[in-house]
Amino acid sequence: MTVAAEHGGASRRETGGDHPEKLLTPVLSAFWDQPASWTLETYRRHEGYEGLRKALAMPPDDVIAYIKDSGLRGRGGAGFPTGMKWQFIPQGDGKPHYLVVNADESEPGTCKDIPLLFANPHSLIEGIVIACHAIRSNHAFIYLRGEVVPVLRRLHEAVREAYAAGFLGKNILGSGLDLDVIVHAGAGAYICGEETALLDSLEGRRGQPRLRPPFPAVAGLYACPTVVNNVESIASVPAIMNRGKDWFRSMGSEKSPGFTLYSLSGHVANPGQYEAPLGITLRQLLDMSGGMRRGHRLKFWTPGGSSTPMFTDEHLDVPLDYEGVGAAGSMLGTKALQCFDETTCVVRAVTRWTEFYAHESCGKCTPCREGTYWLVQLLRDIEAGKGRPGDLDKIDDIADNINGKSFCALGDGAASPIFSSLKYFREEYEQHLNGRGCPFDPARSTLWADNDAHLGVKA
Amino acid sequence: MNATPANQDVQLGMPALPAPDYPADVRARLETDAKEVIARYPGSRSALLPLLHLVQAEEGHVTRTGIRFCAEMLDLTTAEVTAVSTFYSMYRRKHSGDYQVGVCTNTLCAVMGGDAIFEELKDHLGVDNGETTGDGAVTLEHIECNAACDFAPVVMVNWEFFDNQTPETARQLVDDLRAGRTVEPTRGAPLCTFKETARMLAGFPDERPGAVEATGGAGPASLIGLRLAKGEAAPGRGADHVVSPRTTADSTPSDEPPSGHPADEAPAGHPSSHDAPQETSASDEQHPSGPTAEEGE
Repeated sequence: MTVAAEHGGASRRETGGDHPEKLLTPVLSAFWDQPASWTLETYRRHEGYEGLRKALAMPPDDVIAYIKDSGLRGRGGAGFPTGMKWQFIPQGDGKPHYLVVNADESEPGTCKDIPLLFANPHSLIEGIVIACHAIRSNHAFIYLRGEVVPVLRRLHEAVREAYAAGFLGKNILGSGLDLDVIVHAGAGAYICGEETALLDSLEGRRGQPRLRPPFPAVAGLYACPTVVNNVESIASVPAIMNRGKDWFRSMGSEKSPGFTLYSLSGHVANPGQYEAPLGITLRQLLDMSGGMRRGHRLKFWTPGGSSTPMFTDEHLDVPLDYEGVGAAGSMLGTKALQCFDETTCVVRAVTRWTEFYAHESCGKCTPCREGTYWLVQLLRDIEAGKGRPGDLDKIDDIADNINGKSFCALGDGAASPIFSSLKYFREEYEQHLNGRGCPFDPARSTLWADNDAHLGVKA
Repeated sequence: MNATPANQDVQLGMPALPAPDYPADVRARLETDAKEVIARYPGSRSALLPLLHLVQAEEGHVTRTGIRFCAEMLDLTTAEVTAVSTFYSMYRRKHSGDYQVGVCTNTLCAVMGGDAIFEELKDHLGVDNGETTGDGAVTLEHIECNAACDFAPVVMVNWEFFDNQTPETARQLVDDLRAGRTVEPTRGAPLCTFKETARMLAGFPDERPGAVEATGGAGPASLIGLRLAKGEAAPGRGADHVVSPRTTADSTPSDEPPSGHPADEAPAGHPSSHDAPQETSASDEQHPSGPTAEEGE
């Protein structure tokens, strides 16, 4: 059985009928298949840096207003309106302003910014120039996680090309704008994706979150007004400037307009990047992409990385936009659709995620540092058959003491898989208790399992 | 050169002596690089992460000498630099291999086979997490999500992507690395050593001809939606259409069952991400006290 077999459902948008793939709207990914897609030459052949020309012809405040009107919302997880973030930067304050691009993509399941930067780094650089014009900044940083050297290479090269062509440096395109862009490689710490931890890290410190207020827009990098934006948010700006806010708003919904990258992974027939209007459903994406792997059915999935509460096959028709996913009890997050089939033990999955949060907890606040540690101990026992009935209430209670009581959102993220898995799969946890242990065979979940077993798998 | 073996069996709780400096020629060369890095930033301390990558490019890990160098270049204390260097997982604290092989064992990759791959490599290489093979070629570790979930299971070597791995392909990969055979990633440039990689991370672009364009554009999974939208790939067709399971990277499905991770394994044995305290280079009394000793190896 595949989920595709249960066709129909109540999507509020057209389903695409017989051609669900027609719903796709490649913009950021539109020419990733072209030869040398990462070069300036290829980018310019596809209207690259045209949006910048239009933006530089407008006063900075008009650019901010334009992006605000477009309705673009942050693609890093929280969905905060990008234009509004820019607008918060005080003007005429005499201080330097900074743009920091968050390219520390590390949320488990999330894999959109890295392929974007590998295939088309210039869309980010063009977006950076436009944003810096708008917020009146002469200094931008790209904080790239260190563990992706192929992307670092292409960013170094793209920045070099952009300087050589006059898109960076002094008096860009004769506009009077001076801008330097620094590519900064991180050193392995998930917490640095949190914007204030990222700023501390960029200042050469341990990456620990800061108390807010003051917000980065007032006192960010070097205590100066700073905008921190996700890669995909900034990379979406050139197309909006070039093709217009109305075009952008023609996609998606009123409150969540535009296109975005959905990253399908796990036990699906065809994992990968699918660029579509906000509000598409997982059912539509699976229908067009071939569904779950043959002979299996969807068990649970995350809408936006491991920090967003998991969904089950009940949620196939939830519109994947900020409001739709929120109303269904989760968060759109990074649109990292990790799909697991019935061979996967939910306790194993949650245990591993929790180990991740324990490892990545920065240690600054007690609920997260201690809570994630104890969750790991309890979950490992449960998975190994050493759990006791009271343990389920205990992990629920510990998660409750982390959620909303931690210094930053990492703690909330750690609680999400616990709460949501207990909500939908408590029975499966109970099957692990009292010495019984994990009833699943991990060998059946692997990429190659069905190549060995062929048809010996029951659906 | 300045190591004092006589002190090694005496534990009087005395404060450590200052780390030895680099030899003058090394110091001069690193200072030139460091000043170039520092000049990029409005605030000098921002150069600390790149400088830690830089000293790692010199010695393969962050030594006390490297920490002293960073502190002197940025007018910080060695305690301040140590605090930062021990926070980030990419800074190694002990002598390690030329090739860092990282197997993703975060949930999605683990479930898709990362656990089996990691077990296979531990078995095959005879090393545990964080350990290096006797020939000094390979350091094995399990890593967290590396933003390539649509290519799961993923193995990274010196932070280049090896996509859609199996226990067999991963075993071949480490055998090739140890035999000195040319190894090319699925996405990324032909492998260089860990030290050379660290230099790029410090902010010095890869100067090798062809490195930037190596392995071409986006990987197949990155293009799948685009191809579908352009009508170049067969789309799903609702109820009656499911495509066959993907084949593995080299289309050589395994004949053997994947090894490792039996259900009855003790929880302590599985590749957890739990953050056990690690030795710092400063607290490791076995550690050679200066770069000279290591370079002499």
